[in-house]
Amino acid sequence: MSNLSIIWDISKTHLFSKKKQTMVAALGVTFGISMFIIMMSFMTGLNQLLDGLVLNRTPHVQIYNNTDPTETQPTDSYFNAATNLNYIHSIKPKSRLERIHNALPILSELKKNKKVNGATPQTICKVFYIAGSNNLNGIISGIDVTQEARLFNFKDYIVEGDINSLIKKKNGVLLGSGIAEKLSLSVGDKIQILNPSGTSFSLSIGGIYQSGMAEIDDIQSYVNLKMAQQILGAGSNYISRIHVKLNDMEDAVPFSKLIENIYDVSAMDIKEANAQFDTGSSIRTLISYAVSITLLIVAGFGIYNILNMFIYEKMNDIAILKATGFTGRDVMLIFIFQALIIGVLGAALGLGVGYGASVIIDNIPFNSEALPTVKTYPVNYDPLFYITGIIFALVSTFLAGYLPARKAKKLDPVEIIRGQ
Amino acid sequence: MKPILETKDINKYFTDPVEFHVLKDISLKLERKEFVSIMGKSGCGKSTLLYILSTMDTNYTGELIIDGKNVSHESKDNLARIRSENIGFVFQFHYLLPEFTVLKNIMLPALKLGKFDHKTIKKNALEKLEILGMQEQADKKASRLSGGQKQRVAIARALINNPKIIMGDEPTGNLDSKNANIVFDILRELSNELDMSMLIVTHDKDFAKKTDRIIEMEDGYIIS
Repeated sequence: MSNLSIIWDISKTHLFSKKKQTMVAALGVTFGISMFIIMMSFMTGLNQLLDGLVLNRTPHVQIYNNTDPTETQPTDSYFNAATNLNYIHSIKPKSRLERIHNALPILSELKKNKKVNGATPQTICKVFYIAGSNNLNGIISGIDVTQEARLFNFKDYIVEGDINSLIKKKNGVLLGSGIAEKLSLSVGDKIQILNPSGTSFSLSIGGIYQSGMAEIDDIQSYVNLKMAQQILGAGSNYISRIHVKLNDMEDAVPFSKLIENIYDVSAMDIKEANAQFDTGSSIRTLISYAVSITLLIVAGFGIYNILNMFIYEKMNDIAILKATGFTGRDVMLIFIFQALIIGVLGAALGLGVGYGASVIIDNIPFNSEALPTVKTYPVNYDPLFYITGIIFALVSTFLAGYLPARKAKKLDPVEIIRGQ
Repeated sequence: MKPILETKDINKYFTDPVEFHVLKDISLKLERKEFVSIMGKSGCGKSTLLYILSTMDTNYTGELIIDGKNVSHESKDNLARIRSENIGFVFQFHYLLPEFTVLKNIMLPALKLGKFDHKTIKKNALEKLEILGMQEQADKKASRLSGGQKQRVAIARALINNPKIIMGDEPTGNLDSKNANIVFDILRELSNELDMSMLIVTHDKDFAKKTDRIIEMEDGYIIS
């Protein structure tokens, strides 16, 4: 029998003779770990949901044509600005089309780029939705529906009908839910729209679109790209926006700068567009970590207390073990083993309880107007939380055991034996 | 033949609460197979001396020689090994581990020393129990024995590594006279048959009279 197995044997016997205390200490760890897992799973599940609400559907880079006034006026290049002082009053932007110049070549170039997951064209037109004497103003975007579904989870926001109706019917439309409600329309109905120049079109409702944000749902509808170009009376090269999804979101900032440099367009990256979301989710994550770690530390103090008591109860055992040839290190190991047994038992149980509770939460119904695709509470089953939980449990129980164990190591057997 | 245990000018001071010179120039010899008792009034330093001789207390000046080897300056871990090889202990209180069986209690010091495998140690432990007439209690929890039985198990434990010296700090102090006699007879027999030296601190005059030699102490000196 090796030295360690004797020590293991002693630790085990000690713990099993004090089943109740061992259980209480282990349950402390269990509670800490399971709360950690539940909190993290639930919190990050919620984060992902909220991020997904905006980030999944937001392109990493949006390319469009800006209508800013030009920065260098023609006068400046004709009369050298260094030697002349040119004043132009009341500069106005030139009337330019909203379309992107050379959109189709740019699109095919982008699709070839290795960093790009996909790029979709959009043609946006302002329209009036007509119902009887009511006119609602709104926006219709022409999209490549299969690409949108692939890249931006477009399907998740169609609450009724089918996105393929845009492909099946040339004049199919996915109507914003707010519009549908106001005009009391449903799938299969027809809707009249007016374009800015007054021409009217009849569209057939193939589905209802609900983003969860009222200000969008009240104005936004989607049609096929060709249909939108037809509404605008423009050719097939009329594209007002290109939405790019990158393989890695972190590339968005440099990539948008690159595009602005190469092509004569404006590009906006996702960080610029959604700065507040990043901050929000990182703070939520921080809070959940802080709370969970506090829980685990509390559990650690529980173990510390119980082991401390153990050592006072086991003074005589420590003394005799030392008197009969066990070294201080052996005695210390006995108590560290006990702490680790408690830690492992508690952590294993905690993982089980945490997972179980997560599954239960995952099945609790959660219906929200704002989140049409969500039916239950969101839970993120990231194995990382389970690994972190175990590691933290073992480290904290080790530390909680180490301090009392070191005390046991230093105990002088003579003092104990003579003190009787 | 060299003595099994020898000390040269051992001095010890307690510093807490006030400085106090407990042991003064203690020099003694313990021969092989000798059965010696140490007597003296409470506070004369006899127990303190015993713990120094046992190597458990290392806070002293002077020299301690066990079986021809000077151990005064060994590290604590080395001392733990030397102790378990050479010295068996019997205390006034039995100090058995209550959660373990009688057999396990006896085996632990040998398992730690690791000289033999588990099977041999178990056989040895059963033999020791037989010497003490306790073989039937082997699988009982130590906490379930009577006081006299516990003390006998404690003696069996002291014997497990076949030490050359058995030290006792009032081993009969907690026992009635019948059990005290049994314990004395056992120690006597061990000394005769297993060639062990005995060094027993005691208050019990009847017990001391039956030993080979009495070391008497007073105020930190050996007076006879």
